[in-house]
Amino acid sequence: MTVATVYISRDASALSLGAEAVAQAIEREAQARGVELRLVRTGSRGMCWLEPLVEVAGPDGRVAYGPVTAADVPGLFAAGFPAVVKHPLCQGPTARIPYFERQDRLTFARVGVVDPLSIDDYLQHDGYGGLRKALEMAPARVVQEVTDSGLRGRGGAAFPAGLKWRTVLEQVADCKYVACNADEGDSGTFADRMLMEGDPFVLIEGMTIAGLAVGATRGYVYLRIEYPHALRTLQAAIDTARRHGYLGHDILGSGRGFDIEIRLGAGAYICGEETSMLESLEGRRGEVRFRPPLPAVKGLFGRPTVVNNVITLASVPLILERGAAFYKEYGVGRSQGTLPIQLAGNVRRGGLIEKAFGVTLREVLYDFGGGSATGRPIRAVQAGGPLGAYIPASQFDTPLDYEAFAGIDAMLGHGGLVVFDDSVDMAQMARYAMEFCALESCGKCTPCRIGSGRGVEIIDRIVQGTDREKNLALLAELCDTMVQGSLCGLGGMAPFPVQSALKHFPDDFRRGA
Amino acid sequence: MSDTESLRETIEGIVRRFEGVPGPLLAVLHGVQDLLGHVPAAAIPLIAEGLNLSRAEVHGVVTFYHHFRDRPAGRHVLRVCRAEACQAMGGVALGEHARRRLGVDFEETTADGGVTLQAVYCLGNCACSPAVMLDGELHGRVTSQQLDVLLEGLAERKP
Repeated sequence: MTVATVYISRDASALSLGAEAVAQAIEREAQARGVELRLVRTGSRGMCWLEPLVEVAGPDGRVAYGPVTAADVPGLFAAGFPAVVKHPLCQGPTARIPYFERQDRLTFARVGVVDPLSIDDYLQHDGYGGLRKALEMAPARVVQEVTDSGLRGRGGAAFPAGLKWRTVLEQVADCKYVACNADEGDSGTFADRMLMEGDPFVLIEGMTIAGLAVGATRGYVYLRIEYPHALRTLQAAIDTARRHGYLGHDILGSGRGFDIEIRLGAGAYICGEETSMLESLEGRRGEVRFRPPLPAVKGLFGRPTVVNNVITLASVPLILERGAAFYKEYGVGRSQGTLPIQLAGNVRRGGLIEKAFGVTLREVLYDFGGGSATGRPIRAVQAGGPLGAYIPASQFDTPLDYEAFAGIDAMLGHGGLVVFDDSVDMAQMARYAMEFCALESCGKCTPCRIGSGRGVEIIDRIVQGTDREKNLALLAELCDTMVQGSLCGLGGMAPFPVQSALKHFPDDFRRGA
Repeated sequence: MSDTESLRETIEGIVRRFEGVPGPLLAVLHGVQDLLGHVPAAAIPLIAEGLNLSRAEVHGVVTFYHHFRDRPAGRHVLRVCRAEACQAMGGVALGEHARRRLGVDFEETTADGGVTLQAVYCLGNCACSPAVMLDGELHGRVTSQQLDVLLEGLAERKP
């Protein structure tokens, strides 16, 4: 008799809903019934509303059950589990679940499928194919491939990755670095975390390729302290990669070296800004640097540095393995490839949706998300984190593509969408944007440090009805000053949610007195 | 050995671990806080000396980052997310409930030293909001009732 294989996520989000208790209940029940099974802990498929999700290997792929609680487990076994059984929790074949089937899983192809800590699993699922190709190519050729793919920075700024790499490649220096930005602080985003917990080797491979391409021998992952699960998984994977010759002085016998070290943040949102991150990596206060010089010319420890987000780097192995043309087939206009969309907040089916650019906001919110979790109308969506604009329902037909979002004065950023129903008070959300900016400002420039605090006070006066018209004019002026005068994106973009709330939801500011 | 000597030995040991590491201050501070539970004021000149930095530089870094604390936390640390995705699902009310129930404000510790309440801005669990983290363990879709159950569990658990 073949032993059944059961898959349960060990992703932090799945654990937060009780996946560990479900795994233990399954092992306990199997033992009590004398059923032999093999339990594999994977990353998450990203269908968060079905977590804890339990999958069983079947003749035609995996079959999903969810959301499963520990209390459901005896009933499942009584029905015949782990054989595929009819059960109210059974969702059918995982690959056929519409939410999953309609995605374009490229960067996240292995997440939720493989055991994130098994390098054998990684290799069996096409892992390190990109690195092997890169090792046979001239560095400039690798950079060209990334350029041709159209890959743009997925951290939010959407700067062409190949262009950045070429700048670093062209620098002459005694030492260069690759710095991976894993300081995923935007509310509504969790793609970096899911990737590091679900397929850490792909990030390691992407960083290694970046190092070989630009001539860097050392990589740093700047990881936020709020992600202890990701830290454990990524550190274990780095150690494994090194033991197997994928990191170190002599990668796969090529004579070329690259190694990676994780550096932990310490709870500062601003350190997601690249120059502030470099300061923090050097052990200092995370205050932003003036630009120029660009980090690609003078970055970490004053050396040329590739600074890329987790998802950007994790997209590289596939581009090298399958070619730029393959990646470019996805997407629209100047937004090529796929975007891991993170659907969050007040939404029925929240989770991670990797999709080619061009899908509309409405499709994501309703076809994937199924509307709000509360069943009330969706009133606003904040895209791109706490510095992103609030988008009203009248603009839900906007396609997810960098330029289309810029066209409605919004931004895609890191691909996070936070959904609010009609109970939201947009004046309060505008106030929060300023409050958050004041809390997290590094303090280096005045518009951000002082402006954000004043912004909170002005919004309070507007809401209270104190000199409302005068204060509305003052707020508009303050926003303009912050946008034009701040050193970096924190003060420079914190007004975006405020301005969008004022524009699309003016009545919310005129309720009081 | 006096407390001062023991602290010096501790700090020197941690600094030694990062010898040759470029830009080690944050890593050293993590080491100190992981071991002692906080970064005591008395450690700052010792760290400065060990890393050849000024006291002001070390103090500046300690106070810049929300994570580092200058006094010990309670036996348990409850972190409640206050960011937008959690706000969309009642995160503000959950935070208020935590404050009322524990009788402390954010960044304070209960009188018996049991629980420190902290505000956090995103735990990366935004599709399962509202989220809290209790002693490093993440919880999603947390209701006020569930938070009560979690906190009652602490009372029964030996620290």
